[in-house]
Amino acid sequence: MKHVIRLKVNGDVHELAVDPWRTLNEVLREDLDLTGTKLGCGSGDCGACTVLLNGRSVSSCLTLAVEADGGEITTVEGLAPSGDTLHPIQEAFIEKGAIQCGFCTGGMELSALYLLNRNPSPGEKDIRSALSGNLCRCTGYNKIVEAIAAAADRMKKEF
Amino acid sequence: MTLSRFAYAAPRTIKEACRLLEEKGDDACLLAGGTDLMVKIGHGRARPGTVIGLKRIAGLDRISFDRKKGLTIGATALLADVAAHPAVLKTYPAVAHAAGETANVQIRNMGTVAGNLCNAAPSADNAPTLLAMGAVVTLVSAKGERRLPLDQFFKGPGMTAILPGEIMTAIFVPLPPPGSGTSYQHISARGKVDISAVGVGVMVTMKGRKCLETRIFLGAVGPTPLRAVRAEKTLCGERVTPALMDAAGLAAAKEARPISDVRASAAYRRKMVAVLTRRAVAEAVDRASGKRR
Repeated sequence: MKHVIRLKVNGDVHELAVDPWRTLNEVLREDLDLTGTKLGCGSGDCGACTVLLNGRSVSSCLTLAVEADGGEITTVEGLAPSGDTLHPIQEAFIEKGAIQCGFCTGGMELSALYLLNRNPSPGEKDIRSALSGNLCRCTGYNKIVEAIAAAADRMKKEF
Repeated sequence: MTLSRFAYAAPRTIKEACRLLEEKGDDACLLAGGTDLMVKIGHGRARPGTVIGLKRIAGLDRISFDRKKGLTIGATALLADVAAHPAVLKTYPAVAHAAGETANVQIRNMGTVAGNLCNAAPSADNAPTLLAMGAVVTLVSAKGERRLPLDQFFKGPGMTAILPGEIMTAIFVPLPPPGSGTSYQHISARGKVDISAVGVGVMVTMKGRKCLETRIFLGAVGPTPLRAVRAEKTLCGERVTPALMDAAGLAAAKEARPISDVRASAAYRRKMVAVLTRRAVAEAVDRASGKRR
């Protein structure tokens, strides 16, 4: 039996009929065409599927869509404030060369947002432990850590 | 990864959840954070006909601290919330530390302490400290409620004393006795994210430098978390010196029953039991004396 659920994704409300065994990751990617959220390991290890659900970073591959009913979700598509402007985290990732193949980037940026929402002035250790659930096989992490530190500085100035 | 098909129910009360579980029997799986269950379903190691989500049950995620009795952690309280709770940090620092060191950020935002216990991996990070502190779990079924000391809960890898139809609703941790201190120490290949190769939970009760009582539990070095009885005896009634802490560590290493697997060899695990037991006792003793929070 399908369940009717209501999700607020990046500010837009969607009412969807979903099978109970479908994950939030599948519904975001397949039903809402928000393919910025990736599917990596499918077991909660790699973080490529990270989204914010009611303000908390979670693995969308391990979250049933029905369990997210009534929730507010932010995906990487919801980071940029407009079609012309990027989020300071995204700008810093580009400037610092923190993106190579890009597969981990969306998840990395949402883990960065989750960190900076709670700790606007993180040290290097804070940043590294905030990324403990996000794997990157290209960059070696240093540039990602630098980008998040730079984004923190920028966000403090802007807001 | 596509999951096998199942029906889903989200009861609003414990009573309704118990009734559903009784009705569906073995065909149902309980879902709290999902971080273990979803992986099992994805890999075909669980094939439930019905998944019963517990997160919509009001109040089940409560963490409450009673200054006279102790700490109660509701079954759906998140690892992240236990790790950051002010009363837990102040009075149960090792419980907070174990919850905050479990897996990674996202998993701690989804997973629960109760789920970590019910999954019953020998390596469960939250088990050793709770065992050392004498935690008691509440198990509820359509027939009623019972309270079971956590040291009678684990039966083997993935096996617990939970009977068909029972739901773990809460974990109660008694107030630490005066003069006591606790610690959880663990080690893994990467230090974060990955499953612990060894974990040690300790509670000591001190009078000055003398150890009046201690409980020491070892994780990931046996089919269930193990109580290190000989290590406890080494310390009990004695003046605690660095040499005695070394001796307790070596006693614990002898009691451990580690296996070699992808995470560590048995020999390495045994050595680390000695090291981590010594460190955990030292930290617990420091905390007991108020030297460290």
